[in-house]
Amino acid sequence: MTATTKAPAETDYEIVIGLEVHTQLLTQSKMFCPCDAHYADDAPNSHVCMVCMGMPGVLPVINQRAVEYTIMTGLALHCEIPELSKFDRKNYFYPDLPKGYQISQYDLPFCRNGWLEIPVDGSVKRIGITRAHLEEDTGRLLHRTDPATGEAYSLVDLNRAGIPLLEIVSEPDMRSPEEARLYMQKLRSILVYLGVSSGRMEEGSLRCDANISVRPRGQKEFGTKTEIKNMNSFRSVQRALEYEAERQIQVLREGGRIVQETRGWVEAKGVTVSQRTKEEANDYRYFPEPDLPPVVLSRAWIDEIRAKMPELPDAKRARFMSEYGLSEYDATVLTDERAVADYFEATVRDVTKGDLASRAKSAANWITGDLARLLNAAGSDITQCKITPAGLAGLINALDSGTISGKQAKDILERAFASGDQPTEIIQREGIAQVSDAGTLEAVANQVIAANPKAVEDYRKGKAAAVQFLIGQVMRQTKGSAKPDVIQPILVRLLDALKE
Amino acid sequence: MTTPTMTNEPWRWTIAETAEKLRAKEISAVELTQAHLDRIRAVDGAVHAFLRVTADEALAEAKAADERLARGQDLTPLTGIPLALKDVLVTEGITTTAGSRFLEHFVPPYSATVVKRLRAAGAISLGKLNMDEFAMGSSTENSAYGPTHNPWDLDRVPGGSSGGSAAAVAAGEAMGTLGSDTGGSIRQPAALTNTVGLKTTYGRVSRYGLIAFASSLDQIGPFTRTARDCALLLQHIAGYDPNDSTSADVSVPDYAAQLTGDIKGLKIGIPKEYFVEGTEPGVVKVVEEAIATLKTLGAEFIDISLPHTKYGLPAYYIIAPAEASANLARYDGVKYGLSLRAEAADLEDAYMRTRQAGFGPEVRRRIMLGTYALSSGYYDAYYKRAEQVRTLIRRDFDAAFAQCDVIISPTSPTVAFKLGARVDDPYAMYLSDLFTIPANLAGICGVSFQGGFSEGLPVGVQLLGKPFDEGTILRAADAFQRVTDYHTRWPNLAAAAKPKGATKAKKAGGKK
Repeated sequence: MTATTKAPAETDYEIVIGLEVHTQLLTQSKMFCPCDAHYADDAPNSHVCMVCMGMPGVLPVINQRAVEYTIMTGLALHCEIPELSKFDRKNYFYPDLPKGYQISQYDLPFCRNGWLEIPVDGSVKRIGITRAHLEEDTGRLLHRTDPATGEAYSLVDLNRAGIPLLEIVSEPDMRSPEEARLYMQKLRSILVYLGVSSGRMEEGSLRCDANISVRPRGQKEFGTKTEIKNMNSFRSVQRALEYEAERQIQVLREGGRIVQETRGWVEAKGVTVSQRTKEEANDYRYFPEPDLPPVVLSRAWIDEIRAKMPELPDAKRARFMSEYGLSEYDATVLTDERAVADYFEATVRDVTKGDLASRAKSAANWITGDLARLLNAAGSDITQCKITPAGLAGLINALDSGTISGKQAKDILERAFASGDQPTEIIQREGIAQVSDAGTLEAVANQVIAANPKAVEDYRKGKAAAVQFLIGQVMRQTKGSAKPDVIQPILVRLLDALKE
Repeated sequence: MTTPTMTNEPWRWTIAETAEKLRAKEISAVELTQAHLDRIRAVDGAVHAFLRVTADEALAEAKAADERLARGQDLTPLTGIPLALKDVLVTEGITTTAGSRFLEHFVPPYSATVVKRLRAAGAISLGKLNMDEFAMGSSTENSAYGPTHNPWDLDRVPGGSSGGSAAAVAAGEAMGTLGSDTGGSIRQPAALTNTVGLKTTYGRVSRYGLIAFASSLDQIGPFTRTARDCALLLQHIAGYDPNDSTSADVSVPDYAAQLTGDIKGLKIGIPKEYFVEGTEPGVVKVVEEAIATLKTLGAEFIDISLPHTKYGLPAYYIIAPAEASANLARYDGVKYGLSLRAEAADLEDAYMRTRQAGFGPEVRRRIMLGTYALSSGYYDAYYKRAEQVRTLIRRDFDAAFAQCDVIISPTSPTVAFKLGARVDDPYAMYLSDLFTIPANLAGICGVSFQGGFSEGLPVGVQLLGKPFDEGTILRAADAFQRVTDYHTRWPNLAAAAKPKGATKAKKAGGKK
């Protein structure tokens, strides 16, 4: 199958997408046992106990923090939180599932009927959230081949088994792969803001499955859907769904039928491939988990959780625009990650010169500009940044007071970023200060005038640009430690003196 | 049949009197334990109550108990008392099979909460007791390790699934034992072996470490020879456990203190649905005599109705297998227990071979029943409906207990039946639990005690109580035992017993 051009597809067919997102919750312990949930790269089966290994006779105990995080997420997604919820068993056999069933939630999830908003064509579009429920993660299988015999075998690592997992199911409200990506990004942003998820798709702590179908434009009924798995980045969500929509449209155009099936996204090849058809699908035989009593969610507790919730991205963006006078673009970039927003606000607090809007603007410029570029190049994020908000503010203050030049500031930022020294330390230690001494500058200016008769001539003829060239030469001579607005009056005075 | 208590046969003593003798240093815990190990060696070849006798551990525990007794500190009525455990309770370092081939070599890495509590009280464990595989059965014939024989007639079953627990107490191999009751698995074998068996209120005793059969029905409870001993054991296993979210945070009363002997004015309900055709006349006669006896003690009787009783059995045989089908899914040959994956073609084949070889026919039957009942399209017709029946049965009891304090009935419709008699007729076997199942569905407590004999075989009387009101049913049973001697009678195992010094009973001393 080859991909065809997109334009005609978009005109004849409408794409319908719903997403099922799973996120591990950032609790200290596992969902139903006291095991440490931070297993990262630890040795296989080093974060396990009787309970998460599914030993005979063990019983689960609910992690209250995981329930709290689930409800917090539900509230952020404008969900209804029922007064009574319960856990159910989802039955299937697989070696990564020690009990032979997963404790999940079936008909009484913690959260129902919510929504979130994504920006579409300059306005906002509301995507419905069907439900969000809490369950336990499975273990991991490591597939190996015996080098001697060539025989394939699998190893089971249960460190991940029992990690709290929140599943968030959307309505089939998205109409393009781009909308799906935007939904995913928005959801991730909210989860990270709440502090309930690390949001790391590449590590698998945040995962996404998509249900996608196409239908001729104007048709009311949904087309037959496929379920797409293995999308490990925002980019692959969009790419996989673009490919799959295209594939389905092609099949329909050729008079074929879509087979209801699960398909896996193969990143390297840029295709989806069939994994399992509907006929092979499991009957999970859900029934209420008899080892756990139903969970009664008191309104008082819900209110307590609500009171603990941090400001969410949309509210923060709006506040950044109104409070700091930031542009929508700056406000959006700065609030995408809670850590960036916090960094920004801490920086603004320590910048001393100017009104709030100008302080905010300079902090925003540095954070979204030079600092973002450095972080990007280093492949790290702001939480790993060695320059503190106070350090960045110090740099901005030195610049604002004329102690250092813009060029020096950029240089110091880079060095501070690499070394871990704060910019103000570098400035003090190295005695870096802008050359603003008039006598020194005048000497340099005289040299430059003497060495550039052509420019001097041009200036005499009234070419204003010549001054800019000469300023540049002075700056070069002083290695950037002189500020143009200080050099200019000196140069102009000397040139005008020559004219006379 | 009655034999006077002999000092050279301490296994005939009750826990209550033994506790006194231990404190008075009339006997040491080591001597007491050794006497029981000798008794096991003598009779268990014929009875086969034990799957595993942990003699070394028992004697070490007895030594520790003697030291505790010598210090006179931290003593409980169970300090130094030799008990034994149904093999469905996990014991750290000691093989625990649940009567299944699947767990033949399974050595648990932890102990059940009740096991820890008994140990903390200073009790001694003599070993692990035979049972129907995964507690599924009413005769102990479903054990992968051979049946247990009823000490009252070795050709008959001891009931089940806690047949080993019942037989061990009846034969004097342990002063008390623990069993588990999912649909009658404590009360029915108690009835068939002339012992006291208590099914506790759901949530009264922690299930942590009880290998699950049907989680919403399973409860651990004691077997003893007297109601007072039963109260002493209950005292030390009852109570909330943070590891069991279904255990109840309800305070534990002093059970022995409630055994006042006074049941004047106690209102006892007689449910007409439990006195129906099909129950053996000899059994009905014993229960009627027990009613008469209790009446002379001042109890008042009223006729009551539990109208949904007949739906109990079918509802139970949906709910219990449904839960079991999930509870037994962990036995997959991947982590522990039997595994035939080495000879399997692929993963599915490994599951099929392992589970086919590891589970006996009754367990496989119930897994299939339960899997079917939960399957897409059948859930509403079976599981959901059974849960609705369960609610109706619960309401039956709520209504009845508004009129009376306890409910009396036969425990089992028949006396002990012959080994093999019902093996090929699962339905006949299931009928053994007709009178015991409703209490599990409702989550209430129930005790079976010695009501008398029919044709030389024991007949049990069941008293059902309100939730967490074990004290009242034990008070009634104790009052009955104060004026009767059925509970003091012993089966005659003289012919079966091996003389002292004869070859070791085959399982004795075995560990792991």
